[in-house]
Amino acid sequence: MKILVAIKRVIDSNIPVRVKSDGSGVDTANVKMSINPFDEIAVEEAVRLKEAGVATEVVVISAGSVASQETLRGALAIGADRAILVETDEVLQPLAVAKLLKALVDREQPQLVMLGKQAIDDDCNQTGQMLAALTRFSQATFASKVVVADGTATVTREVDGGLETLSIKLPAVITTDLRLNEPRYVTLPNIMKAKKKPLETIRPADLGVDVTPRLKTLKCVAPTVRGAGIKLPDVKALIDKLKTEAKVL
Amino acid sequence: MTSFVSLVLAEHDNHTIRPATLNTVAAAAEIGGEIHVLVAGNDARDAAHAGAAIAGVSRVLWADAVHLGDGLAENVAAQLLALAHDYSHILAPATAYGKNIAPRVAAELDVAQISDIIAVASADTFERPIYAGNAIATVQSFDTVKVITVRSTGFEPAAASGGHAEIQIVPAVADAGVSQLVSREATKLERPELTAANIIVSGGRGLGSGDNYMQVLAPLADTLGAALGASRAAVDAGYVPNDYQVGQTGKIVAPQLYFAVGISGAIQHLAGMKDSKIIVAINKDEEAPIFSVADYGIVGDLFTVVPQLVHELGLGDNHGTA
Repeated sequence: MKILVAIKRVIDSNIPVRVKSDGSGVDTANVKMSINPFDEIAVEEAVRLKEAGVATEVVVISAGSVASQETLRGALAIGADRAILVETDEVLQPLAVAKLLKALVDREQPQLVMLGKQAIDDDCNQTGQMLAALTRFSQATFASKVVVADGTATVTREVDGGLETLSIKLPAVITTDLRLNEPRYVTLPNIMKAKKKPLETIRPADLGVDVTPRLKTLKCVAPTVRGAGIKLPDVKALIDKLKTEAKVL
Repeated sequence: MTSFVSLVLAEHDNHTIRPATLNTVAAAAEIGGEIHVLVAGNDARDAAHAGAAIAGVSRVLWADAVHLGDGLAENVAAQLLALAHDYSHILAPATAYGKNIAPRVAAELDVAQISDIIAVASADTFERPIYAGNAIATVQSFDTVKVITVRSTGFEPAAASGGHAEIQIVPAVADAGVSQLVSREATKLERPELTAANIIVSGGRGLGSGDNYMQVLAPLADTLGAALGASRAAVDAGYVPNDYQVGQTGKIVAPQLYFAVGISGAIQHLAGMKDSKIIVAINKDEEAPIFSVADYGIVGDLFTVVPQLVHELGLGDNHGTA
């Protein structure tokens, strides 16, 4: 069984986000970039399925600028077998990414596609669901446990107020949530090995996909900044403030 | 002016309408025009009637079938899609339920989805948080149909009663037959759930160990009826499991009152809790970044301050409410 894993290069989650002064977006120049954390969990899960003998091949895919090669190499170091970069400098919105992935699903014929539930930059939470709709694959989002056997996946999902377990037929799209696993630390030998693994580069046009953005960002502003409040000498003063000023107790 | 008609996907349990639906109706009301609500369920008569009672709703579309009862994405999205052509806007709550379904509808209609809106600027322009709320984007859609998910905290809920919408029964779509519900397990709630709690007590590396975390913070959470949370540092150190984590890669919370105890205030953490109404920081390091977002801070040893707080709050209860 082949698994495709889609990953996105995003601003590292430990880096403060700065909105550009012209309001056109967020400043990504000279900022540390990393694999989207939810996608890293998807890569880890796919590699574990391979290590468990359930999957035979793990293919990682990213769409974006040439810099995404580095992100793909990181995923290969976790244990993926080969990588595909759909290279473009266009701003990619989820529908466009879902169409690119659909085209690659048609070519690669995987039984399972895994990706993070959302990217921590645009926070859209759309691509997996869109891909499932376009491919007619079954869908399980927000996975915290995945068991694959006999042509079905049993997926425990994190839903509001608890957990829900679905049984879905393969082929399927699964999006991953935080509790699914803890990605391994990559070792130096695996980083070296990853450099020799195949990485194919193609263009959206090669897949016949129009990636023109559908939504226009008119402006992007920093949220209202919360000012620092006051320091209080003791808990009595605190309780007094919470009761009489903030009225939250 | 073109007249708009919005279709709101109701989140429900076949009997009652979930509250996030009311905020979604409120967002549709801001867009303007007529509002219809889709109740796709199994034996969902009660939910359909509850939908008809929502203020501002003129019609409830009620689709009923066994395979619509569990809220499976494939089936509910197909139902929504079957009705979509009559509408200018399709809205769903930005909950696990709505997020699971709406993007499928957008993809099938070949339109963008506008996720998690917090404000309506006009019928085609919306505000939405990106980077876990560290930036607010205003986006315009040129698609003929706008598929939108609505963040509850951005809109005051529509009234659950007072409406008298007509209920129209619509034919149920066929079962996609690719997925089925195995089980549901509600979180055992000794304490409120993080994302729904009015008060959250969160702990960080300053607690020093998992035992300390529980010994110091559990009494405070119990006294306040609060949920327990943690910073990523505390989770990484193994004090508490992953699902306690508040932050960019954990839970995004916005309670009335947030206690950050022994939390320095890394960007990652602030992104997950800075929309709390009131933030209280307790930390021995007066330079800790958490104080720059806290409404009230106490510089001191948490092992002394928190038990005092529990003690004083307990006294308050014994003397009745002020």
